[in-house]
Amino acid sequence: MSAPIIEVAGLRKRYGTSEVVCGVDFTVEASECFGLLGPNGAGKTTTIRMITCFSPMTAGRLRVFGLPVEPVNYRAIKARLGLAPQEENLDPDLSVEMNLLVYASYFGIARAEARARVRELLAFAALTEKATARIGTLSGGMKRRLVLARALVNRPELLVLDEPTTGLDPQARHLVWERLRELKRSGVAMLLTTHYMEEAAQLCDRLVVMDHGRIVTEGAPAALIERHVGREVIEVATGDDPARRARVLELVRPHGGRVEALADAVVIHTNGAVDVRGMLAALAGEELVHRRATLEDVFLTLTGRELRE
Amino acid sequence: MSVATHPTARRATLGLFAGAFRVWRRDMESWRKYYRSSLVGALGEPILSLIAIGYGLGKFVDLGGVSYAEFLAPGILASAAMNAASFEATFGSFTRMTEQKTYDAILATPIGIRELVAGDVLWAASKSLLSSVAVLVVATCAGLVHSAWALVLPAVALLIGVVFGAMGLVVASRAQAYDFFTYYFTLVITVMYLFSGVFFPIESLPAWARAVAWGMPLTHAVTIVRACMAGRVGPVLLVHVGVLVVMIGLAYAMAVRWVGRRLIA
Repeated sequence: MSAPIIEVAGLRKRYGTSEVVCGVDFTVEASECFGLLGPNGAGKTTTIRMITCFSPMTAGRLRVFGLPVEPVNYRAIKARLGLAPQEENLDPDLSVEMNLLVYASYFGIARAEARARVRELLAFAALTEKATARIGTLSGGMKRRLVLARALVNRPELLVLDEPTTGLDPQARHLVWERLRELKRSGVAMLLTTHYMEEAAQLCDRLVVMDHGRIVTEGAPAALIERHVGREVIEVATGDDPARRARVLELVRPHGGRVEALADAVVIHTNGAVDVRGMLAALAGEELVHRRATLEDVFLTLTGRELRE
Repeated sequence: MSVATHPTARRATLGLFAGAFRVWRRDMESWRKYYRSSLVGALGEPILSLIAIGYGLGKFVDLGGVSYAEFLAPGILASAAMNAASFEATFGSFTRMTEQKTYDAILATPIGIRELVAGDVLWAASKSLLSSVAVLVVATCAGLVHSAWALVLPAVALLIGVVFGAMGLVVASRAQAYDFFTYYFTLVITVMYLFSGVFFPIESLPAWARAVAWGMPLTHAVTIVRACMAGRVGPVLLVHVGVLVVMIGLAYAMAVRWVGRRLIA
């Protein structure tokens, strides 16, 4: 087993008096896709900024490729890292192809080698036909794929993706996922933040859920679902009718599980010793959905349902 | 299809000049897309000033010996270098620093703040070179240049460009919005333009104002350019060059520090 790609221990970041990352620990192993999940303001982007040499940590231990993340190592780390930031920062005055060629030059890659690499990456990102197009003419999905291609120009050993598909339509999102899975198979380690639970479930080998600058849970997606929610979820619609909701609550309570009463529904997580059959029998005649539990259930269970803005 | 990533041979990371050159080339490549409109602005203004003020106003000015156009040409050349670099390093660099996030994109690579700032300053200075050479060509055609020392003026224009490029980046690193540059251009650049010996010899200023003028980089720049055009070159010019070099060092160090603080936080 080779050394971890990222080692984070007791990592903290304070801006003035507010601490946005309050003691975070995790490691990302070689060839692993690791997810950082959490609501807005959980500290995901700040953690990523510290790992990618954009923000000096306040305290803790942080190593990337075995190198301590401090100014003396910034260059060496960034030479082996690919970063696809949340906000698109392509060069608007350059063509698609020039964006990649210019970026390759920052890594000291010779022109001939860069040209071959760019051809490869344009094909990978399904942008070959757009090679000479201006950035302004690209769709959101194309821009995102170009940002991804740009992050790969130096053949990074670690790819850091900050919300790689936010704002994309389903088709564009699936294309990005497909490419990321392809990269994963080729052995690149990945660190990604997202608040699409499906994305995390699709891509991540392991993940942490962060909230208020702390890690609230860590594990493989399936294990997290099992641990926090159970395999199945039953949602009973109660409409805007408190009496009906009270009745449903009474029906389900004896059968165990974690019961959550929302404004217009009752949600039952079937973790622990739950008699699912008995519960379904008791609920006969109610308007309900019986489905597999997802990471989204884990996320909402751990970080609550209040809006984060 | 192999986009795969293997720990291939490590490339040596780029040094200060190699890194700065990559940033410079990025700026040049993106400028190429709209160079026409940019050239009209950069070359038109100083040349029109030289013609309108030099020959129009010049008829009414008696400097005893030299024509006003001859007096004015070096000042226009130096201030063209100042303006070109100042605009690029404020509005241009600020756009790359904030709106376009070009700096963030570059800093995700082995290029560091030092190379980034140096590259943008050199790019600003390249625009000075362009403007100044245009003025030089016009001035030469108009018979206002009297010495082969004028051949060093492109290098002098670059030097002036680096001074104002570095100063512009200091200002850009502190700016919160484009409006901020109005203060800089009105209170600093325009003051220099009017009181650094471009339009009249600073000897005609009161002593205190002359002292202030010698604290301004454009005064030294105009002095050097004027001496080269007239062929009155002496070792004292090295003092003026030295002052500009010191100013470059200070402004560059400050720009590196403040751009760094702004982007790495």
